[in-house]
Amino acid sequence: MTAARHPTLSEYLKHNPGTEGHGPWPRVRLVTDTWMALINRLATAPWDLLAEWADGDTVLAAVHDGTDGAVAVLSLTSQGGRFPSLSGSWPSAIRLERTITDLSGLTAEALGDTRRWLDHGTWPVAQPLGAATARPCGLLPLPYTFLPVEGEGLHQIPVGPVHAGIIEPGHFRFTCFGEAVVRLEDRLGYTHKGIEALMTGADVDRAARLAGRVSGDSTVAYALAFARAVEAASGTVVPARAHWLRALMAELERIANHLGDIGAVCNDVAFAVMYAHCGVLRERVLQAAGACFGHRLMMDRVVPGGVTCDLDAAGGRRLFALVKELRPRFEELVDLYDGTPSLQSRMLNTGTIRPELVRQWAAGGFVGRAAGRDFDARRSPGYEPYPQLEFTVPVREEGDVNARVMIRILEVRESLNLIEQLIRGMPAGPVRGPVTVADDQRHEGMSVVEGFRGDVLVWLRLRPDGTIGRCHLRDPSWFQWPLLMVAIDGCVVADFPLCNKSFNCSYSGHDV
Amino acid sequence: MLKLLLKSLLTRPPTVRAPAADPGALEALGRRLEARSRARLGRSLAIREVDAGSCNGCELEVHALNNAVYDLERFGIRFVASPRHADVLLVTGPVTTNMREALKRTYDATPDPKWVVAVGDCAADGGVFRGSYAVTDGVANTVPVDLYLRGCPPTPEQLLSGLLALLDSVA
Repeated sequence: MTAARHPTLSEYLKHNPGTEGHGPWPRVRLVTDTWMALINRLATAPWDLLAEWADGDTVLAAVHDGTDGAVAVLSLTSQGGRFPSLSGSWPSAIRLERTITDLSGLTAEALGDTRRWLDHGTWPVAQPLGAATARPCGLLPLPYTFLPVEGEGLHQIPVGPVHAGIIEPGHFRFTCFGEAVVRLEDRLGYTHKGIEALMTGADVDRAARLAGRVSGDSTVAYALAFARAVEAASGTVVPARAHWLRALMAELERIANHLGDIGAVCNDVAFAVMYAHCGVLRERVLQAAGACFGHRLMMDRVVPGGVTCDLDAAGGRRLFALVKELRPRFEELVDLYDGTPSLQSRMLNTGTIRPELVRQWAAGGFVGRAAGRDFDARRSPGYEPYPQLEFTVPVREEGDVNARVMIRILEVRESLNLIEQLIRGMPAGPVRGPVTVADDQRHEGMSVVEGFRGDVLVWLRLRPDGTIGRCHLRDPSWFQWPLLMVAIDGCVVADFPLCNKSFNCSYSGHDV
Repeated sequence: MLKLLLKSLLTRPPTVRAPAADPGALEALGRRLEARSRARLGRSLAIREVDAGSCNGCELEVHALNNAVYDLERFGIRFVASPRHADVLLVTGPVTTNMREALKRTYDATPDPKWVVAVGDCAADGGVFRGSYAVTDGVANTVPVDLYLRGCPPTPEQLLSGLLALLDSVA
């Protein structure tokens, strides 16, 4: 323990006030000296890096202080396309800054890893969010240099991008000594669709449809994060009922995904009965969502200004009945999970990550909460209607596969309770209002929303005509993938599917 | 565990009845498939799923085909782990430039006769991602497509009736 007390982010913001035009949290414009001072401060201050991206020639970083709940965006105008890297204090910035170079063309100084990340060399343009210059490209991706591994008796197993199961594409390079994994390195970017470039210049409605397709399993969370960012940037007030309907859909999405994950993790240790039963329960949730909101995954239901659907009395009864049906059936499965030693023997002490690492990377969702990081965006920084609802945020310390499953189990219970509260307490009134682009200075907005996988962050800048000037979407997986590579250390290759499923990181959300 | 098993014995299965084969898809396929290859496969199809850059929404619904409610395997259709074992490639996503080569190689690794089913709106023409520098606006720009199953994402019922149409055509 160091003796000196670290300044909180709130204290820092007192001395470094934000500029106008950014909501709901301040944006502080730094110069090279104060940016460097920030980097030095970060070496000791326990602030989380939430995101780092570029807008034109400016680099921006979103930070969060877990001790006082403060959030801020810090920005620096690059000099000649260069800016000092944050990666010395925050290793989680490495991939973010490699991506900034790929997409925007800015270079992070003193960044140790300068390999391309999302850019595999197959795009017809270089730096699509920056100069966007045409370049020759082939069908074949450029070769990629994996981190070196040396030693006698080592062998490598390349896996992907096309995998054996019905899952998303990505490449994993295992280096093994016998069956033990010595190093695992992931290579992602295969599902990069250029969504942020498509958003630039798009109107808010089209951009909302794109946001809802960043990661299909989190379509409600992404649509919600995008809508909240637009509303923050434009000063739009959303009707109360819309907030409650949004939360209702978000909790249904959480339950459906957690049920799928719990079953799939068990299936990866050949315990198919859990998979089968969880699959049926998940299907019940999706059917109810389809019946009540007109789309099984609830795509395009959350839009800037509110929601596009309402819930009538029959819909409310149907969701009540769903909760009543799920609760006892789910508890039976939890008993089965808890009471099966062969399951426990594979899941306990497998794929363990240390709490320090989770804190350092600000890993969200069940990955963070299974290893002691008590963070849930619904509670802090918080958003409507969650301050009016009762729920607890489960946290465990072990950081293994079992802990990640247990967090999901506990969260399913919480979300079932939340659904009942949401239907009972839902205020009457309109569900959608107009999005009014403010004519004052304010035009940048950010939001942090708790999806099933963790905190989804969206930052955007609106143009005066109401179209998108720049939108950045950061998936929770950015800070979870690298920890999966650590979790597998020393495990046998056969444990990888199990560890991987317990993380269930998004490829599409990460690759955008 | 015993209680669960007992309950499974005493309750009706959750499986839904088979939907009718999609007549539109049947017609489209009838034109493409040769009688010779129809006779060869019997009523059995092995499918290799390839995500060519989808948002993962289609994968969720393709997954649902395997749950006890839709139970795809009762029709003789199953998902296999390797293109070498597959009759059908089921491709999702707009085909990103970064996945194009992998999709092509997977297609080349699939033995003849083979069929390609493009699932979802973005597999058809790029969908909402159409025109992006990073996507190639649909599966047909990389490998020949035999059947389109549209939707964003298509529901399991839609997928099921499309695949049954494929089965009827090749069987």
